[in-house]
Amino acid sequence: MDLWYKEQHTKDVQFSIRVEKQLFTARSEFQRIDVFYSEEFGRFMSLDGLMMVTEKDEFIYHEMIVHVPMAVNPAIQNVLVVGGGDGGAVRELVRYDGIQKIDLVEIDQMVVDTCRKYLPQTACKLDDPRVSIFYENGLRFVRSCENKYDLIIVDSTDPFGPGEGLFTKEFYGNCYHALTKDGILVNQHETPYYQDYARSMQLAHQRIQTFFPICKVYQFHMPTYPSGHWLFGFASKTYDPIEHLDAERWNALGLKTRYYNTELHRGCFALPNYVKDLLEGNDGQ
Amino acid sequence: MNNRKLDQKRAPIYEALKDYKAKRVVSFDVPGHKQGRGNPDLTDFLGQQCMSVDVNSMKPLDNLCHPVGVICEAEEIAADAFGAQHVFFMVNGTSSAVQAMVMSVCKAGEKLIMPRNVHRSAINALIVSGAIPVYADPGVNQSLGIPLGMSLEDVKRAIAAHPEAKAVLVNNPTYYGVCANLAEIVRAAHAAGMKVLVDEAHGTHFYFGEHTPLCAMAAGADMAAVSMHKTGGSLTQSSFLLCGKGVNPGYVRQVINLTQTTSGSYLLLSSLDISRRNLALGGREIFRKVTEFAEYARGEINHIGGLYAFSKELLNGDSFYDFDVTKLSVHTRDIGLAGIEVYDILRDDYGIQIEFGDISNILAIISVGDRSLELERLISALSEIKRLYARDPAGMFDHEYIEPEIVLTPQEAFFSPKRSMPIGNSEGEICAEFVMCYPPGIPILAPGERITREILNYIVYAKEKGCFLTGTEDLTIQNINVVETKEHGFMV
Ligand SMILES: Cc1ncc(COP(=O)(O)O)c(C=O)c1O
Repeated sequence: MDLWYKEQHTKDVQFSIRVEKQLFTARSEFQRIDVFYSEEFGRFMSLDGLMMVTEKDEFIYHEMIVHVPMAVNPAIQNVLVVGGGDGGAVRELVRYDGIQKIDLVEIDQMVVDTCRKYLPQTACKLDDPRVSIFYENGLRFVRSCENKYDLIIVDSTDPFGPGEGLFTKEFYGNCYHALTKDGILVNQHETPYYQDYARSMQLAHQRIQTFFPICKVYQFHMPTYPSGHWLFGFASKTYDPIEHLDAERWNALGLKTRYYNTELHRGCFALPNYVKDLLEGNDGQ
Repeated sequence: MNNRKLDQKRAPIYEALKDYKAKRVVSFDVPGHKQGRGNPDLTDFLGQQCMSVDVNSMKPLDNLCHPVGVICEAEEIAADAFGAQHVFFMVNGTSSAVQAMVMSVCKAGEKLIMPRNVHRSAINALIVSGAIPVYADPGVNQSLGIPLGMSLEDVKRAIAAHPEAKAVLVNNPTYYGVCANLAEIVRAAHAAGMKVLVDEAHGTHFYFGEHTPLCAMAAGADMAAVSMHKTGGSLTQSSFLLCGKGVNPGYVRQVINLTQTTSGSYLLLSSLDISRRNLALGGREIFRKVTEFAEYARGEINHIGGLYAFSKELLNGDSFYDFDVTKLSVHTRDIGLAGIEVYDILRDDYGIQIEFGDISNILAIISVGDRSLELERLISALSEIKRLYARDPAGMFDHEYIEPEIVLTPQEAFFSPKRSMPIGNSEGEICAEFVMCYPPGIPILAPGERITREILNYIVYAKEKGCFLTGTEDLTIQNINVVETKEHGFMV
């Protein structure tokens, strides 16, 4: 018998993984949560039938979402992670001794509970004493914060579903307000490759630009996400991600990483022409 | 209402449509699209299911103009759900229900006591029927700039001054959620032998929720127009007309048929049927949630500072007798923005469409279809708007209601010889048409009213702030029709 996890990447493209067994399924107040085991990817979790995290490739995503901003400003102390209930971003953050406080805001407690149980690889540092978890709507949480965080990481799902509010102008505006004067915002920025995702990417970029003087986009390779080509946004009030990269200081920390390094840091901001076009508001054709 | 004799789980029109569909009847009748086959683009757009039930009246599906089958059954079940003696399914909006109410009780030359802040449909009914309005002062909350309900004393005074009036018309609630003391108004009107007509366009949930303001039928009113499509979940343009005990439904049907289509849409009819079932079975829970959302949003918005989401703290025992807490009305003037400006920014910059913005307030409708995710977006957007756009409120217009001077009846003014002139020069003339912001569609000027400088200033200001002005024959709202001759004016 063959058991396959299938996911529709576009209406004409399907991605599938052969599954050994399903470990968990439930419907929370917000979404359907499933955990599977596959020979190739290890354990993986999907939300509403969309791949969120696999044991095999999550390191790429989580290293890139955390170490890029941290290498630009190693003095970061207060961090807010919005979404990211799998704990992967938090796991990378707690490796920095300089970080004093990490607030994790996840709307769906069941995601966190599920990851604690089935994905300890990412959830393993959620009990670090510097970490506080808030089960709240991210938009609501940020609204009341002012001048509070040096770094906000938006580790959201796609903008169709519970993550929708995290792609809106009001959210980015609230984030700007919640950041300190040197604050950095890194956000999940979708893929430029397929049209629906690309549109979300364009909109997110446009909206962030209305608030932040510095807005860059960087790329990485994410095998289990649609097209495999994925982007994060880097927005900041003062720091340019390349000009202010403090490679020496970061390397001196001696953190062992499997994907990220400071050369890649410089390179990942170099974008293909069609992506640049899209970001400039052209259709990329 | 609680003693439901009829089975609210049924939806006879919907059931009959399903039956009809299952029989795969070959149709040589209208509509000519024949289950959508004749119009593939439209079918592609609206869906096969939708087109296949867009059908004509026929025996098994009954006839809206003369219901004796499934529509009649559906009416009876709806009447039971609303605690009414009779219910009519309306397919031309609550406007048609309001007009049917007025025309059922007032003939030409007869008087109707009403607040001036009625929807245009009520005054339109006066133009059609020739009935004469007697306006009772709705009262104003000066600091919010909104008209209220009528005070009981004002209604009683109008009744005493016009004992020959046929009926009193009441908004329950107003667009902003304000309710008058309906039970006492009904008592006073009935004591004087007058009927009570209630525009409940915004009060559908009063019949299904808990702890809501009193609904018209429970208050003993004679007729009520209920916009099922506004907060009840049915399709746009569908509505209910409710009749109480003191009304002859056969006559009301004849009045409705004066202007009603003979091709009532089964999409609208079935949407009313299914929505009624939905509310009768689950309305209490639905509106509990709606109330919770609205209360939550009010708390959060008031926490932002500068914006005032008002509620029951403003009750005054009379013209603001009760408040519909599902209405999220927010006063914006204190952050130096007109409601209409906030309304525009929300749509243009944040992709959020709210019901309306006027000079000093915005209104967001929270209903059966809402979720907390969207609500958080609205609240956050408002906090952003305050942060980014707030300015000194000095110099902002601060009141909304302007007492009209009535010179002619609406019908006389509308049908009298007219001439068109630039609005700016029209001070002192008698208006022959409507001018209003839409929404809310409450006339700033109605036919027969004197045009004053104050009203002109208000129109200029509303235009400047971006209100969508409507009503005049001239679509650009540069010119206004005024009454040509004043000699034979009928003074009210
Ligand atoms: C108070 C009031 N009455 C009647 C109506 C008319 O309803 P409809 O648009 O369904 O004809 C409206 C609509 O906005 C209204 O606000």
